[in-house]
This record gives sequence, C-alpha cells and structure tokens, in this order.
Amino acid sequence: MSIACGKRLAAFGLVAPLLLFLVLFFVWPLVTMMSNAVSDPGAGRALPQTAAALSNWDRSSPPTPEMQAALVDDLRTTQDDQLIGDLTRQLNSARSGFRTLMAKTVRTVREEQGAVDLVQVDQRWEDVSFWQAIAAATASPYTDRNLLAAIDMARSPTGEITALPASASANLAILQRTFVIAAGTTLACILIGFPYAMVAASVTGWKRQVMLAAVLLPLWTSLLVRTAAWFILLQDNGLINRLLQTLGLIDAPLALLFNRTGVIIAMTHVLLPFMVLPIFSVLIAIPTNLLPAAASLGAHPLRAFWRVLLPLSLRGVVSGSLLVFMAAIGYYITPALIGGPTDQMISSVIAFYATGTANWGMAGALGIVLLVATIALYVVYDRLSASGTERA
Amino acid sequence: MLKPSRFFTVSTLLASTLALGMNAAAARDLTVVSWGGNYQDAQRKIYFEPFSKVLGKPVLDESWDGGIGVITAKVKAGSPNWDVVQVESEELALGCADGLYEKIDWAKLGGKDLYLPAAVDDCGVGQIVWTTGLSYDADKLKTAPTSWADFWDTKKFPGKRGFRRGPKYALEFALMADGVKPAEVYDVLGTPEGVDRAFKKLDELKPNIVWWESGAQPLQLLSSGDVVMTTAYNGRITGINKTEGKNFKVVWPGSIYAVDSWVVLKDAENKDAAMDFIAFTSKAENQVKLPEYIAYGLPNKEAAAAVPAELKKDLPTSAENLEQAIPLDVDFWVDNAEALTQRFNAWLAQ
Repeated sequence: MSIACGKRLAAFGLVAPLLLFLVLFFVWPLVTMMSNAVSDPGAGRALPQTAAALSNWDRSSPPTPEMQAALVDDLRTTQDDQLIGDLTRQLNSARSGFRTLMAKTVRTVREEQGAVDLVQVDQRWEDVSFWQAIAAATASPYTDRNLLAAIDMARSPTGEITALPASASANLAILQRTFVIAAGTTLACILIGFPYAMVAASVTGWKRQVMLAAVLLPLWTSLLVRTAAWFILLQDNGLINRLLQTLGLIDAPLALLFNRTGVIIAMTHVLLPFMVLPIFSVLIAIPTNLLPAAASLGAHPLRAFWRVLLPLSLRGVVSGSLLVFMAAIGYYITPALIGGPTDQMISSVIAFYATGTANWGMAGALGIVLLVATIALYVVYDRLSASGTERA
Repeated sequence: MLKPSRFFTVSTLLASTLALGMNAAAARDLTVVSWGGNYQDAQRKIYFEPFSKVLGKPVLDESWDGGIGVITAKVKAGSPNWDVVQVESEELALGCADGLYEKIDWAKLGGKDLYLPAAVDDCGVGQIVWTTGLSYDADKLKTAPTSWADFWDTKKFPGKRGFRRGPKYALEFALMADGVKPAEVYDVLGTPEGVDRAFKKLDELKPNIVWWESGAQPLQLLSSGDVVMTTAYNGRITGINKTEGKNFKVVWPGSIYAVDSWVVLKDAENKDAAMDFIAFTSKAENQVKLPEYIAYGLPNKEAAAAVPAELKKDLPTSAENLEQAIPLDVDFWVDNAEALTQRFNAWLAQ
C-alpha cells in the first residue's frame, strides 16, 4: 500500500514540473485574459458613491446635482492614480473624450475645496452620454461590452444589442480574412512541401542532408529579417520582377508587394519547414518497395501514388497542415510589412489594443473570439479526419 | 518515502535559484530605453557612454517600439526592469494621468525656463522635436510638390503615395489637402462632420496609397520608386541623404511636429541615477551634439541657439520650418485614438 502510494507520489513528482509549467504559463494567462475581457475592474472600487447615486437614475434625464457631488467626492477620496487610470481607460473606450475630461476634472477637484460645479469645469459633464458610460461601468463588475465590440456589436443606451455598421467596425471581416490567408498559406505549403519531402526522402547521403539543411536554415534567421528580405525581392524593380523581365516572360512588373500574393509567398516560405518535416518523417518510414509492388501489379505511377503513397503519408500532411495553419493564424509582422490594406490580420488589431492603448479587455475579447473560432474549426477538422479514417 | 522528500529538495533548490535570480536583478544597473536605430547609436555616443563614466557604473540601453500597454504592464507588475524610457507625447500624457511615472524634479534640471514650453511636463523632460511630413525624391520628381493638395493630385504627380498605416497624421493631412488651414485642422477634426470629411478625402486617394508600418519603410519605398511621395519622419530623411547620398526633401509647410520625452518609471530601482541621467542629457553642452548625427530639434533653448547654421536648416525647430507646421494635438489623440483606429480599420477593410 505504502509502496504503491509512494510510487504514485513519485510519479506525480516527476510530472509536477510539467503541471506547474502548464498552469503557470498556459492556464493562468488564459484565465486572466478571459476574465479581463468580461470584467469592469476599476469602476466599482474607484466610484462607490457615484455607483450608489447612479443606481436609480433613468439614464436619460439630465445629470442631477447629487450625481455630480457623489462623483466629486469619489474623485477626492480615491488617491490611487493607477486605479483612476484603469477606470478612465475603460470609460474612454466606451465614450471617446473621457481621457481629457477625467484628467481635467481630477486636477480641478483635488485643487479646490468644497462643492464643485462639474459643468463649470467642463461643458461635457452636461452631456448625458458621459454619465451613461459611468452608469454602465459602475452597474456591475461584469460587462459584455468588449465581447460585443469584438464581433462588431454594441449595446444601445437602452440596453438592446445592435450590430455596428460595416463602416464603423470590421473585426469579423478581419477575422475571416485571417482564416482565409492561413488556409491559403497551408495549401501553398502542402503543394510545395509534399513534393519536396518526397524528393528529400527518396535521395540519400549528402543530397538528403543538403535538402534538409535548405529547409532548416531559414528557421535560424530572424522572422523580421526574412520578411524584410521578401520586401526587397518582391518590389516592382526587385530581383524577381527584374529576372522575369530580363527573361522576357513579362512586359510590366507583376504586383507582388502590398497584396495577398506577396503575403502568402512570404508566409509560405517562413512556415514551409513545419510542413516539410512532418511529411518527411512519415515518408521515410514507408517501405520503399511498396511503389514497385504497386507497379508490378499493373498500377500506373500516378495511381500508385494516389492509392498507396498518399494515404500512407496523409498523417504527416495532416499534422503539418495543423502546425502551419495554427502558426499562420497568429501572424502579424509579415502581413504588416508586405500586405496591402486588405491583408491585415486579427493579431495586428489585438496588438493595437494590448500595447497601443493598454485596453486589455478588448485585446482579451478579441483573443477569446479567435480562440473560439479556432477551436470550432479544429472540431470540424477532427470530425472530418475521424470519419475519413473510419472509411479507410 | 524517500522519493517525495527528494522532490521537495528539488523544489527547494528551484526556489532558491529563483531567489538568487531575483537578487541578481536587484543589482541591476541603470537601464535606459529609447527608439533604437541610428538615433539610439547617437544617444549612446553622446549621452549613455559619457554618463556611464560620470556614474562610474555601466549604463544598459535597450530599445522599444512604443505603446502605453508595454509601460502599463511593466509598472503594474511591480519593480519594472527599465528606469528611464523615451516616450512619445501621448504615452507621456496617458502614463502621467495614470500614475505610471515618477514626478520630475525640475530644480535638478536648472528650472523650467531653460526649455521650450512644449518640453516641460510634470512627468517628463522633452528631448527631441521631430516632424512627420511630406517627402519626395528630388532626383526623380522634376517639379517639386509643395502642399498636401499636391500629394492628392495624381494627375500632376502620377504614381503611388506612401502613408503611415493608422488614423493619426492621415486624417490631419487629408483635411489640409481638402483646404483646411493648418491652424484649424484640429478644430475641424474635433467635430463628427470633420472626421467624415477627412475620411471622404482619404477615399479619393485610397487606390493610390501604399501603407507603411515601420519608419524605415518610406525610405525604402522612395528609393525603389514604388512611391513618388510619402509621409516620413524628418530625422530619417536627412539621415539617408547623409549616409547614402540621396536627395530626399521634406516639405515643411503642413508638417506636424511632436516632442519625445524622457520619463522615469514609477518605483524604478535606479530612480536617483535616472534623474541625474536626464539632467545630464538636458544640459546644453551635451544636447548640442545631437544634430550632427540626426536632424531633431533641441528643447534646451541654449543648445538650440548654439547649433551651427548649416545643421539648423534641417531641424523642425528652425524658424522657417516652424512657420506653417503645427504641433500634434496630444489631447485629441489621447481621447480619440481608439475609436478612430477602429473606424480606420473598418474603412481600410471596405
């Protein structure tokens, strides 16, 4: 009994670092990100009296003196600038203008003693929409504003959910584009990677070493450098266009930069190793005499490939595709530098909120939408591949 | 039952290694963070290395790409690993309001009167004045464009235009091209109709715009001839003229200038050394060396006056260059960056 228990403990001890790693670097950040997306942190703590004063306001009549007095009191008592910063960021995200309004108000309120007429401080305090934003933020510690905004929706002042017009928000369009570009890159990687892996698996000795090194070498170069190199190669009088023109294949330069073609070319180059290596590792395990056996039974080489080699190597293609697709979804630098205006991917929007405005709620909400969409795609893929194997 | 205890020994060891790591971090030298590239190379030569001699200790320098989110994350996590950071004016305003920076001791810097008013802030000390403006390759364009209206005129100047991707600058320049006087740009942009007007003007040029992301890209675009005109940072333009013998020009009327400042992160370990460092870089005799390397204006009035005339003509702060230029309206962008970026992305996607 005690031996079994000890063994179990020892086993646990062995995997403990792994578990600790998973929780610390995977589960915890994910949970934090998700809770950031749906929580309104600062408002309740920074403005307790205002929250009480606003709780029975009808959200449409002009702001009352009591509401103003409560806000002034709250801003005086809350000395934590970082807390007020969180609050302001969140309010400004809901209603533009809060940044300067709050800075001005906090400064004045702290300088003066006694009652302060907020409208005197700034005309904007007359505007009901600012008070509506405060009321919405203080009403509950949770919010669906970020999640709605991430899928191009918003709540009207009266609380109904409405879709934003396409001219105001395009997160869903950008998300869809992200998946299209990732799928295009995956397809291009299969088309180039499969034949490459086949050749690499069929040769031996130094030839194989050279071919594998050619795939691995780019992995040791920084992503930024590789992207910048493609920028130089793809431009109108870059190496590729000049070569094609010298050969007389084209008259005018091809548009390769600042469009989808360029993005997929560059991303395919960067991600190709993740396709070639899994396929290669499956291919070298397939007995070399299978194709001659098929041929001896009268199969045309194409038919032998289609019925024998492809089904056997499908596992490599599938895992390679998953790797490439998942990595491609998160791409940011390559589309930013090489893509045109309609090639920006969702990561650039997430990065804007995360580093540009420190609006981690929005960044988290977009991350959740991306995660959910990816999981949904994975489930579909899993079903398809499972039914595929059953049939086989 | 020996094995679990061995596991505990391992974890104790791990914990003590972590603690050791933290101790090592405690002895961190003064860490200065700036924008990288040839600007930081110049700073290293005239500020970091000489100050390290004064201090008698090494000065570490790192570079970053901006973003208030980066600073917020570092300060909120506690004991930030940076001390002094060079920030853009929006990051200065946002971080100062949010309590992310230490307050500046202006007495140490010789008083506020020594500096341009735009460089003086509770939380930051201005270091450079830089400009975003229209630039072109004078070797390739026979007639010189002189205004944003020319930038929009694809008949007179056929070819693509480079623009920084994002609403900042693009909306201002669009309004100027539409006939709004530089001084009134932010009044117009402050109204919903003004924003619509700017986007409408951008619509006209949309098929001809190449959007760039990093500051080195517009130079590359101009050199390769992919664009005939582009918005660009003035320091980069004079820099490439010097290093690669190009003949790129900046059109000063209608350009927008801004100030970058040093800030000290809240509760930074080397707070005192950081303030001394800022005082060192703000001294006239040190600051005056900068324009030799890169064409940025100097906020120290004495230093600005002492810059030789042949360098002065390229600086955003020289009188004739300032004449029809406007300062970036920090308040406007602090309030509206998020909403306008969202709309800008939607506009791009259409």
